[in-house]
Amino acid sequence: MWYYEKKLQYPVKVTECNPRLAKYLVEQYGGADGELSAALRYLNQRYTIPDKVIGLLTDIGTEEFAHLEMIATMIYKLTKDATPEQMKEAGLGAHFANHDHALFYNNAAGTPWTATYIAAKGDPIADLYEDIAAEEKARATYQWIINMSDDPCLNDSLKFLREREVVHSQRFREAVEILKFERDRKQYF
Amino acid sequence: MYTPVKCYQPYYSPFDPCPPRTPICYATPPNLYLGFQQPNLPQYSLKEALYKGTLWPSLYDPYPLEGGGYREQSTEG
Repeated sequence: MWYYEKKLQYPVKVTECNPRLAKYLVEQYGGADGELSAALRYLNQRYTIPDKVIGLLTDIGTEEFAHLEMIATMIYKLTKDATPEQMKEAGLGAHFANHDHALFYNNAAGTPWTATYIAAKGDPIADLYEDIAAEEKARATYQWIINMSDDPCLNDSLKFLREREVVHSQRFREAVEILKFERDRKQYF
Repeated sequence: MYTPVKCYQPYYSPFDPCPPRTPICYATPPNLYLGFQQPNLPQYSLKEALYKGTLWPSLYDPYPLEGGGYREQSTEG
């Protein structure tokens, strides 16, 4: 089970109403390498991963939901007072027609989220390598969004999220080291 | 020596329609080099760690890098 703490992992501040930026940010909300995919991928894989690294997948999967919540807050703040006209200009006309100002799990191009974005092969090494790749892809996505954004407050939060991807990748790499460690083999240095 | 960014110079044809976007750079963050993290590495203060997103200076990768030649800095205007 989970306990909910009613605050964000890192503060989210948005300088101006900017639905265009929200359209790009949604890639990290309902995209293939987004936070929803990450959370569901890790929290599902953990049942069939060796005991030693179950806790890692639980912890990181949980943190991904905290990131999802930050992204949701950003998207909400960037769009909540946008007029239908502004939504149209930002390329969100089709979104507005279906969802008004509601958030939805789709990627920046409007494709709805699908479970085919995540994998669970049941092989611990294959699954952890997938997780490492997912973290690097999410890191890259944050870079490209930061490159397009001129909102310094928002970029501050995005840089925090990017750094978390680096740390998660590091921990998954260490998980692989734990699983491949050969206890009885003599160590030569 | 570890560097957080690598750059290369792709071929630019005189017939290419857009002005060259060079050099092309990509991030190589510290997690690629750290291996299994050793115990007792230096730590940031709690406040700084919460701000930076990591407790460990050896895992901190600022972005965009100063003068790192990422795309946004390498294009003109």
